[in-house]
Amino acid sequence: MVFAVTLGAPKMSRRTRFSAWKLITHGLSRSPWPKVWEHHDLASAYDVVIVGGGVHGLATAYYLARNHGITNVAVVEKSYIGSGGSGRNTAIVRSNYLTVEGSRFYDRSIKLYERLASDLNFNVMFSQRGHMTLAHNDSSLRTMRWRAEVNKLEGIDSAVISPDEVKRLAPFLDTSDLPRYPIVGALWHPPGGIVRHDAVVWGYARAADFLGVHIHQETELTGIDVGSGRVVRVRTSRGPISTSTVINCTAGWSSLVSAMAGVTLPITTRPLQAAVTEPVKHFLHPVIVSGSLHTYVSQTSRGELVFGASVDPFTSYATRGSLEFTTGLAGHILELMPAVANMRLLRQWAGLCDMTPDYGPIIGPTEVEGFYVDVGWGTYGFKAGPVAGESVAAMIANGKPGKLIQPFGLDRFEKGTLTAEKGAAAVGH
Amino acid sequence: MLVIVCPNCGPRNDNEFNFGGEVIPRPSVDTDPATWRRYLYMRTNTSGWQRERWFHVSGCRRFLNIERHNVTNEIRLVTKMGRDSG
Repeated sequence: MVFAVTLGAPKMSRRTRFSAWKLITHGLSRSPWPKVWEHHDLASAYDVVIVGGGVHGLATAYYLARNHGITNVAVVEKSYIGSGGSGRNTAIVRSNYLTVEGSRFYDRSIKLYERLASDLNFNVMFSQRGHMTLAHNDSSLRTMRWRAEVNKLEGIDSAVISPDEVKRLAPFLDTSDLPRYPIVGALWHPPGGIVRHDAVVWGYARAADFLGVHIHQETELTGIDVGSGRVVRVRTSRGPISTSTVINCTAGWSSLVSAMAGVTLPITTRPLQAAVTEPVKHFLHPVIVSGSLHTYVSQTSRGELVFGASVDPFTSYATRGSLEFTTGLAGHILELMPAVANMRLLRQWAGLCDMTPDYGPIIGPTEVEGFYVDVGWGTYGFKAGPVAGESVAAMIANGKPGKLIQPFGLDRFEKGTLTAEKGAAAVGH
Repeated sequence: MLVIVCPNCGPRNDNEFNFGGEVIPRPSVDTDPATWRRYLYMRTNTSGWQRERWFHVSGCRRFLNIERHNVTNEIRLVTKMGRDSG
């Protein structure tokens, strides 16, 4: 594959570098901040068209431009950027997975998140406050020991801790033997934490735009034209684009976009609901997860408690909340933290999850030449955004998938080499 | 919450049922592994009207065929599963 590579240093003129000094001078002069990304007319041809302006699509665009000098790239997004899963997840980042492939992959993502703010010159508010998965019975404790040992082999900070230690780290949890599901231990993962998901999307968009990528919002993909087994053109609501390379980064909608190219995926789309409370003074430091109670909770920098759950019991493209979710959630949270009984929920929402049969993502080429997928991210896509973007960009530039993503090819379903990543989902599905 | 009108039990809440996914024709058992795996894993995952299988686990314990719009969650047809209806 041949791309026009832009030589020399990227032009730094247009972008304002954010810094404390800029904040002070702008504050005093009250001059308006410049736009962080530009609106462009749709060009008639691009080297690469990325479908989906979420964290995966924008990160891929950014790493294509930064690491490989491929800047003639369009990101087409049918709504506004970050309007799908990237703005609806619970913003948790961790790497304590069950398999070696999974642990390695997400560990790379954490490493990228750790330096993302300085890479992008955009504060993504990454807070590594620790990630605690509670065990309520012996069998979960056994799986956690297994996970901890796999993690340690990969050099990831992860350990099984006692209920006393749980109480010390999160005093508001009920660690007595009174609840129906008492806490018998936990998997403690200090590098895990939360990050502001909108900032990650905006940071990538700003940095990619600066390197020459065109971000087309409110531009819906309507078709993919395939000729002699390869991509030749895409059609959008704003006109056609000639291209030889299309990357599908559309998560919950990925089956529909792939069908345009005649590619079938082993994906079903399910909503996952989340909710947030009114803000209160900080009392909860780590991210708390309970698989048995199907819930996870963290406190944002603003003081709101953010709750997530498992996916809904049937497939759907509807992003509406349900009453069963809130009542079920309240019951489970009160088992864990009886003290929050008087807190009020501010809002609830749903995001669409592209579930695969083995809870592993699908990254790689398809039977249509030039049509690549970065999908199947289920309930764990946000935390993988940076590493997926980096790996997909390298795959496009080098023409073949790198080592980290080799286990996640689409052909594994026909070959029968599934990944068995049971640690992928924080809570059981 | 969906209300599913079970042909055997009448209107019931969806939490009495297990969702069985979209209805896909099953290949014959002596087919090649690649075809069998496609049947196991590949899904149309359409957005709109979908023919799907449900099991009334907390009721009559019978399998049902349901046509549901998976954006609006409207249900337009519930039939018993049998030899004729697939």
